[in-house]
Amino acid sequence: MQPIHLAWVDYTILLAYTAFVIGIGFALRRYMKTSTDFFLSGRSIPAWVTGLAFMAANLGALELVGMAANTTKYGIATAHFYWVGAIPAMVFLAVFMMPFYYGSKARSVPEYLNMRFDARVRCVNSISFAVMTVFSSGISMDCLARLLHLLLGWDYNISLWICSAVVLLYVVKGGLTSAIYTEVLQFFMIVLGFTPVIYLGLKDVGGWDKLKETLGLVAQNPAALDLSSKTFQPDAWTSVWKPVLAGPQANPMGVDWFAMVFGLGFVLSFGYWCTNFLVVQRAMAAKNMRAARRTPLIAAVPKMLFPILVVSPGLIAAALAFTGKDGYRLPPKIVNDSAYVMAVPAVKEAAAQKEDEQTAFNNISAAIGVKLNEAKVAAIVKDAPSLDDRAIKDRLQDAVVENDYNGVILSLVKKYCPTGLLGLALTALLASFMSGMAGNVTAFNTIWTYDLYQAYIAPNKSDHHYFRMGQGITVVGVLLSIACAYFAKRYNNAMDVIQLVFSFVNAPLFGTFVLAMFWKRTTGTGAFLGLLGGISTSALVHGLTMAEGKGGWLGATLYTFPSSMAQNFWLATFAFIVCFVLTFAISLATKRTKSDEELKGLVYSLTPKLKDDEQHFLLRPAVLGTILIIACVILNIIFW
Amino acid sequence: MGLDIRWPIGLMFTLIGALLLITGLVNGADARSLNININLWWGIVLLVFGALMLLGAARSRKTPPPA
Repeated sequence: MQPIHLAWVDYTILLAYTAFVIGIGFALRRYMKTSTDFFLSGRSIPAWVTGLAFMAANLGALELVGMAANTTKYGIATAHFYWVGAIPAMVFLAVFMMPFYYGSKARSVPEYLNMRFDARVRCVNSISFAVMTVFSSGISMDCLARLLHLLLGWDYNISLWICSAVVLLYVVKGGLTSAIYTEVLQFFMIVLGFTPVIYLGLKDVGGWDKLKETLGLVAQNPAALDLSSKTFQPDAWTSVWKPVLAGPQANPMGVDWFAMVFGLGFVLSFGYWCTNFLVVQRAMAAKNMRAARRTPLIAAVPKMLFPILVVSPGLIAAALAFTGKDGYRLPPKIVNDSAYVMAVPAVKEAAAQKEDEQTAFNNISAAIGVKLNEAKVAAIVKDAPSLDDRAIKDRLQDAVVENDYNGVILSLVKKYCPTGLLGLALTALLASFMSGMAGNVTAFNTIWTYDLYQAYIAPNKSDHHYFRMGQGITVVGVLLSIACAYFAKRYNNAMDVIQLVFSFVNAPLFGTFVLAMFWKRTTGTGAFLGLLGGISTSALVHGLTMAEGKGGWLGATLYTFPSSMAQNFWLATFAFIVCFVLTFAISLATKRTKSDEELKGLVYSLTPKLKDDEQHFLLRPAVLGTILIIACVILNIIFW
Repeated sequence: MGLDIRWPIGLMFTLIGALLLITGLVNGADARSLNININLWWGIVLLVFGALMLLGAARSRKTPPPA
């Protein structure tokens, strides 16, 4: 792949952004006096800022890149991750859960668990969360450095260390406020950087109706783009619900409607949006209860519209590749150098030995390890005597059939952006990677300082001590992330396993929280054992079922899911149910350790109702939430 | 927090908008962007956005809202 050439104006935009984020960190330094300033922005940020940060903290580049990739692969149903998998949970958080998080004055989600239950539940939650944040920021930085290497030809190590250093600098100086401010900046960068690309892409494919028409052809012959070996109804890529309702065989995701609604829409989505400290921390930084409750509601508006930015590029790419307009194709999987070491000699040998086409193709495919185009391979072998190694490599890369879906959005940027706009779009992408890291690091340093260091290692120190600890642990957090990035680069498979383990840990969480907040009888022992039971259940389900060749590591396969997405949704569903039932049953069997008085402000039935009456009718959380849900339903109907 | 975030957002997008606008004027339309002078047009959009942010920040500084 040819690296993109950047002109001075592109570099200037990149440098300007970097200068601004570092500048923000330094400008905020003088407001950082106490640990609350550093970890919770002194609870002083207006709702529109926390709202956009709430949305942007989740909007890492992995999401931007990954959701566009999913859309090419699965079609417009990817929007379910927004409309089903986010909006209802965000409204629920604002209306029902935020009063307890904010009102209890807990400084973190694990601290809430400590107030509500005991140290055991807090310990499980804080340790698993701290490890998870470090790994996610490591994965994100690894992805960024790879991308810069591939795209711009920059050195992997230099990219990784410089980007991390920028993040470190502004987080150490400005704490959570820095992270929130850069998240808002990043939000606008992404929206304003990618909108023109979408506009040009849509114009190029001939508008929405023409796009739908082409995608109808794609759905009937997805094998042409190596998207799927099955064939589907013409609306499979362009309708959100019809293919899902028709059953797992009728949609490219291979998911049934129950798993979609209950598994994704309820268990996974509520588990993420309502309990993940990375996002909840943004709302906790709001200046008062009203602003805190409004935070997820404000975030829901851009979240609902965001599929415009991430879904349309995926659709446009599929349509462009299908028509082959201007020679566009989906970006092929990148062949790494170690595969070439095997493949290039295989080509030469095939040419020298005059192997027949089939044998040559099989040998070369085995050497390179990805699916190749037969005709192209035959042509390479034919031309091999007159080609040097470099040319053979390029031709082999060109012959790869398997798609690198994660490259979709960049292939469009490359196709449509002239110098200038190119700098803006690339900076937006870079920005989202870096703010993804900053978000994780700020969540990590808070959890470490409040929930592990202050709770177990060094209680009763001065506030200044914890403030300094926060700054120190930020350095450690960034270094650990860098270490994880190298780990991810070196051991790709180990990384998959680690992410799988996290999905086990996260799946049942919402069961614990919903009982914690809405049933005062829930006991610490019940919550602790229920959580462990839920985690074991998800591991067990994964170990006993298969999907796309994965899972089943316990030896026996009781059931095979049509896709790993379906497996994931069902696994979460089981984990949630087991966690819920176990917590419920054990709570009934054990004695309460917290009195009604202690649980005031932590449990729904024991907390005085918030008075929303003095707010304007349309600004009350419940009313705003209802309006958002209605808008979301309308969107679903439009794209039904 | 003491710093109004609209200042950095406004300044940054005004700067980037101006850069795009100049690039558009110098380079003209590009075949890649379907022969639309996208730098010029998008530069104007960014300039307007940046200016609105700066305006908002400047106005709220004059009349500090009750905390």
